[in-house]
Amino acid sequence: MNKGAKRGVMGLLVMGIVLGIILWGGFNTAMEATNTEQFCISCHEMEENVYQELQDTIHFTNRTGVRATCPDCHVPKEWIHKVVRKIQASNEIYHKLMGTIDTPEKFEEKRLQLAQNVWKAMKKTDSRECRNCHDFDSMDFSRQESRSADSHDDAIEKGYTCIDCHKGIAHSLPEGYDPSEDAPGGN
Amino acid sequence: MKKVIVTLLVAMVTLMFTTAAFSTGVASLRGDKELTAPADENPMRKQVITQGGVERSYKIQPPMIPHKIDKETINLKTNTCMKCHSEKTFEEKKAPKAGDSHYVTRDGKVLETVSSRRYFCNQCHAPQLDASPIVENKFEGAK
Repeated sequence: MNKGAKRGVMGLLVMGIVLGIILWGGFNTAMEATNTEQFCISCHEMEENVYQELQDTIHFTNRTGVRATCPDCHVPKEWIHKVVRKIQASNEIYHKLMGTIDTPEKFEEKRLQLAQNVWKAMKKTDSRECRNCHDFDSMDFSRQESRSADSHDDAIEKGYTCIDCHKGIAHSLPEGYDPSEDAPGGN
Repeated sequence: MKKVIVTLLVAMVTLMFTTAAFSTGVASLRGDKELTAPADENPMRKQVITQGGVERSYKIQPPMIPHKIDKETINLKTNTCMKCHSEKTFEEKKAPKAGDSHYVTRDGKVLETVSSRRYFCNQCHAPQLDASPIVENKFEGAK
């Protein structure tokens, strides 16, 4: 290989690396920008309905002031799962453009279906996003109310997942969902 | 003459009452505060968690709630108390089942779900606070 060709290969390599960093970094930065609460509630569908309900719950207002934002619960943390979720979100963009839930009434009408989608996804991943913060190994059952401790013991033994019992903890429950029928362990 | 007597009587009675009031110092439940002064601040009390339930005060008393209920919702759309206290869930949740009477309408018809007249649980069942009685008393509940 002569000197010129060698230099050419080196140049290409350097350019590739630089371009790679810029594109990769740019991609991830853009993805992270869509992964903030500010981004979520920039749509009135989210701001007026689910975000308002969240504010009354323990995941927003509590003793210590630690709080969960939308993506903490609704977007996976690991990169690969995150990308998959972001691709699925194109469906949400479609419905945003179609105005599927652009009034509170339309949202309310769809709420059961939307909630069931989220419940199903959480069940499938064994409540992965909950467990980013809530870990059975770190739970001190002796500091829980006895009925909570008993239930958690049961849950570990029978392999229940968080969402089996903790539905409607951050948003209002949908009409049409009957808590009295929903014993954990069913689907 | 009659008029004078009546006037005198009224004056006497009024005097009696006012002096009595002043001497004993009338105190209402909110303490002997000026009417215009704000009442004692209400201490923020936490709901009491009683293991095994709260004892009844009389025979057919609706059982009181021995746990926190601030995260529960009862509205048109949902009643989350029934998550644990319904026919289908109480065994799994180890919770007391809503009584059979709660499934009966006022016409005596037995329903599958809780009758609408029993829907609002906390009309009769209430969580308890750790508050001392306002008036000292020797009341003992039915054992």
